[in-house]
Amino acid sequence: MRTAFFVAIVVFASTLGEIAITHAMKIIGEVHSFSPRAIFGVLGRAFRQGWMWTGFALMAISFFAMLALLSWEDVSFVIPATAASYAAGALGAKFLLHETISRTRWLGVLLVSIGVALVWMGK
Amino acid sequence: MTAHKRLRTKTVVLLALMIVAGATGDVLLSKGVKQIGELQHWTPRALAEFLSSVFTNATVWLGIACLIAYFVCYMLVLSWADFSFVLPASALTYVLVPVLARVFLNEMVTPLRWAGVGCIFLGVMLVGLTPPSTTRASADHPAEQD
Repeated sequence: MRTAFFVAIVVFASTLGEIAITHAMKIIGEVHSFSPRAIFGVLGRAFRQGWMWTGFALMAISFFAMLALLSWEDVSFVIPATAASYAAGALGAKFLLHETISRTRWLGVLLVSIGVALVWMGK
Repeated sequence: MTAHKRLRTKTVVLLALMIVAGATGDVLLSKGVKQIGELQHWTPRALAEFLSSVFTNATVWLGIACLIAYFVCYMLVLSWADFSFVLPASALTYVLVPVLARVFLNEMVTPLRWAGVGCIFLGVMLVGLTPPSTTRASADHPAEQD
């Protein structure tokens, strides 16, 4: 029960965190120039976004929940369990960021989730 | 080059940089920490000594630099590409890490792990068939419609 609860925290906090970071970057808008000066400008603007820090805070929660989980569960169980993040990420992208997820993309995401679980179970 | 093609090219280039930097960073960190040796005791003194050797290790710093590069590429690509496009693509790190671990760290890779690598690769190829960005309203970017 405790394990399921912590896996849920890891998956949800990391997914919501990355969605918050994506949202922050979408507010900044498409980057066109890749000169060091332009990149530093973008980073400066990004770190002034509240959503960016919300994202970092959520990812930190996910990181510490993961550390806690690793203190009693084996890594070869933890990482495959968190492979569900890829599916959760696609759901979040659809409902929170309003991205269009075609059948092909869903199938790809599913294969990636299975693949990540296999890679870690085979360790 | 059409706007569509230009968008796809810059997405693929940044994702490739991101994946290579991420995988290299992971391998360097792992190599650096292994050079230091296992943390034997959890006393504050042993922990402080361990951390001081970690942060004076050049390989560890190179790994950290790679991971910073990874995160910058991640942020830049998300400024235009879908999260549901970038997230599965980032799993290619899991394809590259076993390959790098096999080549540079001489680690054994099990058949099950290679099967996972194959699954991820196929999945990312499928996601790659879809348009990188589905939220850009064409009316917002009239100048980009070639």
